[in-house]
Amino acid sequence: MGNWVFQPSHFTAVVLFALFASTVFGITMRETPRSMIRYGVYCFVLFVASAIALSWVMYFIAR
Amino acid sequence: MRYSQKCMATEETKKTTTQSGTQKGFIYLPLIAGWLVPGGGHFLLRKWGRGALLAASILGMFVLGLLMQGEVYASAHDILVLLGLVGDLGIGLPYVLCRMLGLGDVQVMVTTADYGTRFIVVAGLLNIIAAVDAHNLRTGRKS
Repeated sequence: MGNWVFQPSHFTAVVLFALFASTVFGITMRETPRSMIRYGVYCFVLFVASAIALSWVMYFIAR
Repeated sequence: MRYSQKCMATEETKKTTTQSGTQKGFIYLPLIAGWLVPGGGHFLLRKWGRGALLAASILGMFVLGLLMQGEVYASAHDILVLLGLVGDLGIGLPYVLCRMLGLGDVQVMVTTADYGTRFIVVAGLLNIIAAVDAHNLRTGRKS
């Protein structure tokens, strides 16, 4: 896209991915606004936490 | 006993009225609109807040993918690329726009570009989920 280049760190990419995906999941998988927010936050935390956990697993496998 | 039966009948009548109200017109229009324009199906059903959030999330992810120099798949020479192409097509008109403008026509050289490619594919897949959600709202399966 022209000269605009976005090069986030790995963690920033994970957080952005989790943010967008969990927003869509929250809206589409639940019916009431309250449950949408709760489910969205739940998905976001799971995305980020599992990415961190898997990163540590890979770190120890690589050593 | 009679009272409760009356209540049930009223509830059923209400349900039928609501369902017949939502079944008017071309039932797949929100699905198609939602596929072509992210959030379009929800806008069509006057779910402005949900539509705006979906559009911002899906288009945000797609644009960030492009900014990360992600690749927009154009051909299907092997099965993995074919799956990527199917995911990319899920975004609808923005895919066509990118192909016309030559955006995303790059060689993936760095890690962030690979992330960008995944962002673009996942944005397409999320758009399909959003379009199906609009269809469910239209049919009354979801409120």
